[in-house]
Amino acid sequence: MAYLLQQLINGLTLGSIYGLIAIGYTMVYGIIGMINFAHGEIYMIGAFVAVIAFTAFSNLPLVVAIMLVLLFSMVITAAYGWTVERVAYRPLRGSFRLAPLISAIGMSIFLQNYVQLLQGARNKPVPPMIQGGFTVMQDGTFTVQLSYLQIMIVVTTLVLMAGFTHFINTTSLGRQQRACEQDKTMAALLGVNVDRTVSLTFVLGAGLAAVAGVMVTLYYGVVDFYLGFLAGLKAFTAAVLGGIGSLPGAMLGGILIGLIEALWAGYFSSEWKDVAAFSILVLVLIFRPQGLLGRPEVEKV
Amino acid sequence: MKRALLTVEHLTMRFGGLTAVDDVSFTAWDGEITAIIGPNGAGKTTVFNCLTGFYQPTVGRLLLERADGEHFLLERLEAYRIGRDAKVARTFQNIRLFPRMTVLENLLVAQHNSLMRASWYSVAGLLGLANYRHAEDAAIEKARHYMELANLVEVADWQAGNLPYGAQRRLEIIRAMCSDPVLLCLDEPAAGLNPRESAELNDLLLLLRAEKGVGILLIEHDMSVVMRISDHIVVLDYGKKISDGTAEEVQNDPRVIAAYLGEEEVA
Amino acid sequence: MSRSIAAITGTAGDSLLKELGFTALIGLALTIPLISFETIDDVGGLQLQGRWAATAFIVVALVLGRLGIILLRTPGREVWVANGGAIAAIIGLLDLFRDTVAGFLGLERWPAISPSYTLAFLIGVGGAVLAIRAVVQISRRNSPMTKAERDARAESIGEQVRKLVRVFAAVAVLFALTLPFMPFSNRYVMDVGTLIVTYVMLGWGLNIIVGYAGLLDLGFVAFYAVGAYSYALGAQYLGVSFWLALPFAGLLAASFGLILGFPVLRLRGDYFAIVTLGFGEIIRIILINWYDVTNGPDGISGIPRPDFFGLATMTRRGHDGLPAFHEYFGLEYSSEHRVIFLYYLIVVMAALVAVFTMRIRKLPIGRAWEALREDDIACASLGINRTTVKLAAFGISASLGGFAGAFFATRQGFISPESFTFIESAIILAIVVMGGMGSLVGIAFAAVLLIGLPEVFRDLAEYRMVAFGAGLVMIMIWRPRGLLSHREPSVLLADRSPPGRPAPREAVAAGEVAE
Repeated sequence: MAYLLQQLINGLTLGSIYGLIAIGYTMVYGIIGMINFAHGEIYMIGAFVAVIAFTAFSNLPLVVAIMLVLLFSMVITAAYGWTVERVAYRPLRGSFRLAPLISAIGMSIFLQNYVQLLQGARNKPVPPMIQGGFTVMQDGTFTVQLSYLQIMIVVTTLVLMAGFTHFINTTSLGRQQRACEQDKTMAALLGVNVDRTVSLTFVLGAGLAAVAGVMVTLYYGVVDFYLGFLAGLKAFTAAVLGGIGSLPGAMLGGILIGLIEALWAGYFSSEWKDVAAFSILVLVLIFRPQGLLGRPEVEKV
Repeated sequence: MKRALLTVEHLTMRFGGLTAVDDVSFTAWDGEITAIIGPNGAGKTTVFNCLTGFYQPTVGRLLLERADGEHFLLERLEAYRIGRDAKVARTFQNIRLFPRMTVLENLLVAQHNSLMRASWYSVAGLLGLANYRHAEDAAIEKARHYMELANLVEVADWQAGNLPYGAQRRLEIIRAMCSDPVLLCLDEPAAGLNPRESAELNDLLLLLRAEKGVGILLIEHDMSVVMRISDHIVVLDYGKKISDGTAEEVQNDPRVIAAYLGEEEVA
Repeated sequence: MSRSIAAITGTAGDSLLKELGFTALIGLALTIPLISFETIDDVGGLQLQGRWAATAFIVVALVLGRLGIILLRTPGREVWVANGGAIAAIIGLLDLFRDTVAGFLGLERWPAISPSYTLAFLIGVGGAVLAIRAVVQISRRNSPMTKAERDARAESIGEQVRKLVRVFAAVAVLFALTLPFMPFSNRYVMDVGTLIVTYVMLGWGLNIIVGYAGLLDLGFVAFYAVGAYSYALGAQYLGVSFWLALPFAGLLAASFGLILGFPVLRLRGDYFAIVTLGFGEIIRIILINWYDVTNGPDGISGIPRPDFFGLATMTRRGHDGLPAFHEYFGLEYSSEHRVIFLYYLIVVMAALVAVFTMRIRKLPIGRAWEALREDDIACASLGINRTTVKLAAFGISASLGGFAGAFFATRQGFISPESFTFIESAIILAIVVMGGMGSLVGIAFAAVLLIGLPEVFRDLAEYRMVAFGAGLVMIMIWRPRGLLSHREPSVLLADRSPPGRPAPREAVAAGEVAE
């Protein structure tokens, strides 16, 4: 029982991180119908920027440092997200169906190795900054720990989700975003600057991925240039599981994937946990491509 | 003695809250040209998509009865089986050719199933056996025959995407014919054609009906085509059938005139 | 101030400053943390080292580049871009080869302009691209020909290029066949040659599913792995010889293709791609973790080499009742024999794939693949069962990957899951995409480029992946249909017209019809 609880706590934390990344996938797919294969790398860049920023701000008080790092990482990562869209995707808007995906793959490989070239191939550690937590319960020899960091991650994610949903539903920019998702041509005819809205979508997604990157840096204490690939695929799985194009779906999918991964690693074996995530992806796409909260697509003839 | 080729009974198509086609029934007779007309949004293409397996009808029976006695319930068949087994072919509102393949290649793809059988599923083809070569020659001859009918022999080796618009429309029609259908469904074949090209289209369709005995089901807005060649017209409006009869009957039907009110009088 | 800028540059000065300022900001955002600071692993944790010169340089370069692009769109200012771009290209080039220049001029050192060779290279290339674009634009503007005439001229140039390509292809085939006997041929050259031809075969294999059927398969490496491991395990546990294992490798890979393909073939393009990626990764993880069978990350070693068609072995001493190759032919033993033998083996395998592909393209299934790529809904309406057509492509493609995998295993003698990562799939995909989907010659050419160039530029190995990723993006933007994208029709009515029957006209220029 205690063991299960611990896995659930771990899974929830991991799931929050996946959820933040998944939102980026789902929003981009919703507005331009493409899978941003390079989004995982954007998240990785967010984590790297966090590492550098933490090292630079290591002399500042903790809360200030975290605030600054979050801000800094979001801004920088957003710039990367913007640039990727502008350079690799926008020129291909009219091209054949698979061109943006191939370009995205190229971008993903480019960014991975770009960071590797600039920062070296080794893992980059940061000293643990948020330590401590409290014991939830004790069951024989096993202690269920809930760390402050875990609480912080989940709470931050919830706050961001709420704020983001509010933004999408109430502000004018959010309305424009939703309009473009439904019908770009009509939105353009009504005066919406579609290019800018698409850029905004990428920027917002990148910002959330940056937060995930900062969180993961704090949580695991080490980053490497390859963590974007795996996390990206799992977050994409989460987006698909929840229903691609659906914001609450992305979050739900993230939590589910996080829980499944933690439970699998806890009860079966940690080597095969990635297989679990990939298998879910395959199964969802085969049997229920619209995911849990999405609507089935009708093919236009 | 008229024989019913396609019997549509109580066809209804609902998308969530929207009823695109509402309890439509009509009959298309064998060897005749039946037109489906109606204002935009009346549900005409939806009917086609139900007939050809791209939509699953919410309610309805679509019975195809061939002259050789075979019956097919189209609402139960997948799209490709309607083409391959029931022998219903169609063209599309937005022309779906294979643009980077030549005209001849487009016509050969239409004969895919018979050619596959003749090539022993590619084995005979790979080995270069004579029976496949003969089958391919026959297929090319058939293609040539239709190209002559449609005046496309000169552009046989052109990429289909490079053809002028009128030629593309004609190609799509003869490509459908190359699959030897008993029912040919044409979705707005005259769209975008000038009067001369529309007249050529009329001639082509009348020729196909006369020489091949194929039944033609036609969605059209261009009344010069519809009134000239249709044996039988079905009128839809807001998903419901509002009239059904010969060209003369339909032209004088007050309900039809009311539906088109505001547009030019039906010629 | 902005008015004078406007007067000079011919654009609205205000918006120009805003554009450039924005570019500078983005440039700063892109470069500061990742480029400005370099994390050095130190005893006490990470240390940061500043690279501010590079940062400033890059931001300035980005701004100037953006200025160049903006000016390109301004009539009358293209000459500036041409000149500016040429200057940048020259500076970049000189800087890149600064040591050579210094030696040439007899100086100790030539002052470095850019903080690193990479930046010098990028400046040079960027400047050259801008200059070329400007020159092209100017000549196009001043050209006396109409657009139709220019298109016709482009068509005829294209036709000549294609003829040239055919000649080159023939020469290349001849070269490939005689490579072992070339004067400069040595063990290294043979190795590279074998590697290139292996990738050519892999590219031609993937071409059936990506190039013809138009389905993006990101997990092709899985079939490669199945073929390799099926031979390796077969040799290890069952003592199967290579020649016996080869058809089985293909068959097993084909079965995997059908099993994996069947549930996913109705998925849309990008979903299908991701699922195939997932499959590839699942297979790789299984290979790594299923230690008992696959030996996990340690891989399988000691994979036997093929024998000479059952007549002799390719080893120093014969065994299993067969004499050694050199004994059989009365030659001195040389390890080169095996190398050359393996080389010709892959050449023959690739040649068979080429012949097969060219044939099947003219058969109904080949045309159905291409039709599927062009418009799969029209295919369904013509009575074509899309699922079986796709399955056929998948199965055949997979079997070709499997054959190549078996060869890979026997050539290396050792395989491990590390050889079958997603990057391999990406490289093979890049070969097909860059070469021109559906073009056998183009794919072979792309394989030579993508596999051969890194070998030539061995010292720049660390830039290989970055260049690869950037190259993929650029090809998609510049030439999405590949370098050699012309499609030859699989059949021509003109070839079949007997005398007296109406024959098709030659297509003169795109879209021109006197109908």
